[in-house]
Amino acid sequence: MMKRKTLDLWAGIFIAIGLGALLFLALKVGNLASFSAAETYLVKANFDNIGGLKKRAPVKSAGVVVGRVEDIGFDSETYEATVTLSIDKRYEFPKDTSAKILTSGLLGEQYVGLTAGGDTARLKNGDTIKITQSAVVLENLISQFLFSKAAEGNKDGK
Amino acid sequence: MSAATDVLENLGARVLGAIHRLGFASRFLLLTLRNSGMCLRRFSLVTREIYFTGVLSLIIILVSGLFVGMVLGLQGYDTLERYGSSAALGVLVALSLVRELGPVVAGLLFASRAGSAITAEIGLMKATEQLAAMEMMAVDPIGRVIAPRFWAGVISMPLLAAMFSAMGVFGGYLVGVRLIGVDEGSFWSQMQAAVDFREDILNGVIKSLVFGIAVSWIAVFEGYDAPPTAEGVSGATTRTVVTSSLAILALDFMLTAFMFRGV
Amino acid sequence: MPTIPATDNLVEVENVNFAYDSRQILKGVSLNIRRGQVVAIMGLSGCGKTTLLRLIGGALRPTRGEVRIGGKAISRLSHEELYALRRRMGMLFQFGALFTDMSCYDNVAFQMREHTDLSDELIDDLVLMKLQAVGLRGAHDLMPAELSGGMARRVALARTTALDPMLIMYDEPFAGLDPVSMGVIGQLIRRLNDALGATSIIVTHDVAEALDLVDYVYFMSEGAIVTQGVPDELRASDKPFVHQFVHGETDGPMPFHYPAEDYARDLQATEGA
Repeated sequence: MMKRKTLDLWAGIFIAIGLGALLFLALKVGNLASFSAAETYLVKANFDNIGGLKKRAPVKSAGVVVGRVEDIGFDSETYEATVTLSIDKRYEFPKDTSAKILTSGLLGEQYVGLTAGGDTARLKNGDTIKITQSAVVLENLISQFLFSKAAEGNKDGK
Repeated sequence: MSAATDVLENLGARVLGAIHRLGFASRFLLLTLRNSGMCLRRFSLVTREIYFTGVLSLIIILVSGLFVGMVLGLQGYDTLERYGSSAALGVLVALSLVRELGPVVAGLLFASRAGSAITAEIGLMKATEQLAAMEMMAVDPIGRVIAPRFWAGVISMPLLAAMFSAMGVFGGYLVGVRLIGVDEGSFWSQMQAAVDFREDILNGVIKSLVFGIAVSWIAVFEGYDAPPTAEGVSGATTRTVVTSSLAILALDFMLTAFMFRGV
Repeated sequence: MPTIPATDNLVEVENVNFAYDSRQILKGVSLNIRRGQVVAIMGLSGCGKTTLLRLIGGALRPTRGEVRIGGKAISRLSHEELYALRRRMGMLFQFGALFTDMSCYDNVAFQMREHTDLSDELIDDLVLMKLQAVGLRGAHDLMPAELSGGMARRVALARTTALDPMLIMYDEPFAGLDPVSMGVIGQLIRRLNDALGATSIIVTHDVAEALDLVDYVYFMSEGAIVTQGVPDELRASDKPFVHQFVHGETDGPMPFHYPAEDYARDLQATEGA
């Protein structure tokens, strides 16, 4: 029968190790350290087609993660997708920045890529990005390809 | 014809019996929760049980975690290599552990090691009239014996699952980076990019918390309800392990469907 | 804590019925136990005497009738009042029921630590005193698993009397003990009762020990009291039940044979099949 003090000591060590493991997972394994603490500002962008873009997808510029997709909505008047981006306050973008939906790798997850324009005025919290390019949808690409092939064939055939 | 009706009768009786038992178990859980005041006032009761359920499960959890992680490293590499994606090994190992294997396997191990011990202990205390004696000495046995073991299980489970996952990641690292030669940088960086704190780690912790509640509840209930004989206690211990394991797997499905369906 | 008024009867059981799962265990049992008495409740296994003890201790509720301790009906007490009353009662369970995860010392100190604010030194003195009274002060560091049956029973007795209870109940205190231990327990029961000015109820089927020890005997069979009296009366009784029980006769009102078919026919049937 162990003394109570020894029991308490071991129980305390156990809890400490457990919390340590959790901390290890959160910081080294996950991405807690890198992003959530930063302050952000919100910017909107409308797309014809967002493809497979999901919430919390990264927002990158020049390949560096500068923010996250905060929310995805649908505008029932313009029939466009409204994507809300939260961008790290440290990074400011000109008003004529363009937003594209890109795919990482060939079949990877989709993200929003920002390319800075030349405007001196900066995007502020609540602004909307005017220039956008929708995601590439595979079916459309294939039908375009087939269509152009058919057109070529017709031309030759004439 | 009567044989068929007999089977149906038996089935019906068993289902009704199971529902009846579930109701009794639920009332018992409420009683345990209500009488948990002593656990807060005298937390040493709980720390004592944390030692017996958590600390004594450490070895099996850490060793199992290490081995599972190492196997994930081997199997994962074998499959990923075929698609030229061996750099994603870290992602595979980490996500498998944090989302699923950590909570589930640690839960199963916890149920069979600590859960069965709790059931046996409570069952024996009941069989040797220790609980009745405590009651006659005006000390509430639910608050003094049952509740601390319940809360110790609930607290220990998420910690054990985290330790399992952490050891597993380390095991995957050992095999993948040290043994096979996957690039160390991409191992960790891809992992960090892919494992989200809220979506993956926190969900894993929630899962292990739910499993901890389920296993602890089943363990204390089966012990308290065991018939006061040798066969009774051993049957209760077996039931704890079986019921806990099934409950963990069923809850895992429900939680996974709920948490990860959007991703 | 409730004050116990100075009535003569400490325990009053009035027309108590108790049924469990449609099985009638006690049928209209009534008895009164005066303060300071050592009373035995005897009968065959299964006659309901342990159930009666549990009812007096408040662990069970009668389906009909009332149990009063010090004039108060215990089934009508609130939870706190019942617990307060229990602190002044002690029950020695069959085989002791010591807490196996703590030492003898901690077992005896249990109630003192839980219910009183006494200092550690005072508790230390009290525990050693209690163990000394049962002759096991030297064993205070041992774990219950290391004790013999008789020793465990004695430590449990020390634990039961830790807070100087006014009512002490014994469930088969002599079961499974060697003759010396039986004598020791018997003496301790009497000595402790008189020293504490308490009242004791012993449930047992150990005739010899009990009749030598107690002031009064209640004799039960199949859930009812069939006879009562002082030990000498029972020893001299010519009622068949009592006579068979006291003298340990194999056959009488309690038959030797479990009800069965005609013997000859049973043997023939086995041959024919």
